[in-house]
Amino acid sequence: MSTAVRTIERQVVIIGSGPAGLTAALYAARANLKPLVIEGIEAGGQLMLTTMVENWPGYRDGIMGPDLMTELRAQAERFGAEIIQGDVTSVDLSNRPFVVSVENTKYVAQALIVATGASAKWLDLGVDKKLSGRGVSTCATCDGFFFKGLPVAVIGGGDTAMEEAIYLAKLATQVTVIHRRDSLRASKVMQDKAMSMPNIDFLWNKEVVDINDLEQGKVTSLVLRDTQTGAQSELAVDGVFIGIGHVPNTALFEGQLALHDNGYLKTHDGSRTSVAGVFAAGDVQDHVYRQAVTAAGSGCMAAIDAERFLSGTLHESAHAELEVKR
Amino acid sequence: MASEKVKTFTDANFTDEVKNGVVLVDFWATWCAPCRRIAPIVDQLADEFNGKLTVAKVDIDENPMTPSKFMVRGIPTLLLFKDGDLKETIVGLETKDRLTQLIAKHL
Repeated sequence: MSTAVRTIERQVVIIGSGPAGLTAALYAARANLKPLVIEGIEAGGQLMLTTMVENWPGYRDGIMGPDLMTELRAQAERFGAEIIQGDVTSVDLSNRPFVVSVENTKYVAQALIVATGASAKWLDLGVDKKLSGRGVSTCATCDGFFFKGLPVAVIGGGDTAMEEAIYLAKLATQVTVIHRRDSLRASKVMQDKAMSMPNIDFLWNKEVVDINDLEQGKVTSLVLRDTQTGAQSELAVDGVFIGIGHVPNTALFEGQLALHDNGYLKTHDGSRTSVAGVFAAGDVQDHVYRQAVTAAGSGCMAAIDAERFLSGTLHESAHAELEVKR
Repeated sequence: MASEKVKTFTDANFTDEVKNGVVLVDFWATWCAPCRRIAPIVDQLADEFNGKLTVAKVDIDENPMTPSKFMVRGIPTLLLFKDGDLKETIVGLETKDRLTQLIAKHL
């Protein structure tokens, strides 16, 4: 393998290729900034793992998540955005231009848009990650197939968990939703849909404390604890789908950009972060709305803010040159 | 689009095909969105390691026995074999750089 360092310079680099990153790319491309998008390992973002998106404006009958992302990507490329594979390994935001590294390639950018999104949260048991792909999953549409005619569990009480349960109910014999509380956080539409399916049932006030069986290398049962009484019980399942929410992908920026206590990026005055010239959009900075359409909207904001920042700094340096000449 | 160097394995020929050399197998399905993300990377690996690595795909809808035998319960999953022995299991998405490193270890 080559160890030579390659350096590529750009006006605007965008990290992430979900609705926020690609909308930022679309606007930056149309502003002639020739943005470079580093798509990341979860290219296309969370919508790549969904089925029908029914709340994206303009599609009265809904649109499939992956189809929407394919369109958005093509639209950004049509105006000159360049989208490359790769997962950013480090960033240096201490000086401008900023340096974004992907293994041995360094991308140097006058302005940076962070749209790294959020990824599925795991249980923090350790065993869940070890059994990933062996019966533990965070993506029903990817892995539900393997549980045709088998009993499964879904953990969580929000929209993600309900969507997973509804999808799985068409494949699995029985879907048991396990929730820590006694009521759901999911939207009314999703709750009603899930409750109306005959093979979805709910276990309230239960949390998962262990998953069997690591030794066999597959899921055989869950060990549950009642959050009210502390009593333990066991539920035999072949698969378990985790839908307990998301964590923002901000590890790259720790110590360089200001973060909220919950790990989300802090923004102010639109999409500005704590470093001038670095902007943030989408779920990485949004712990409130977290919708595809709000992500896209904030991507637009970040591109406009970046464009103004770049033309502002150009004016400043032109102005400074004039001052010197005088 | 797909590289001509990528072979297609089936339940019938799987054991024979992984018997010799270093073989990377991509378990996928037409309905799997993340599989479409890793497919171009698998194609590039086939081109770049041409002659040193055999790269193949298994459609899990058409070939249910092989994924079951190797306890594949999520896709995309990549399995790396050397002379018939399973050496690496890669579940979910992975970058090309990291896959390149994993493969290079066994060449």
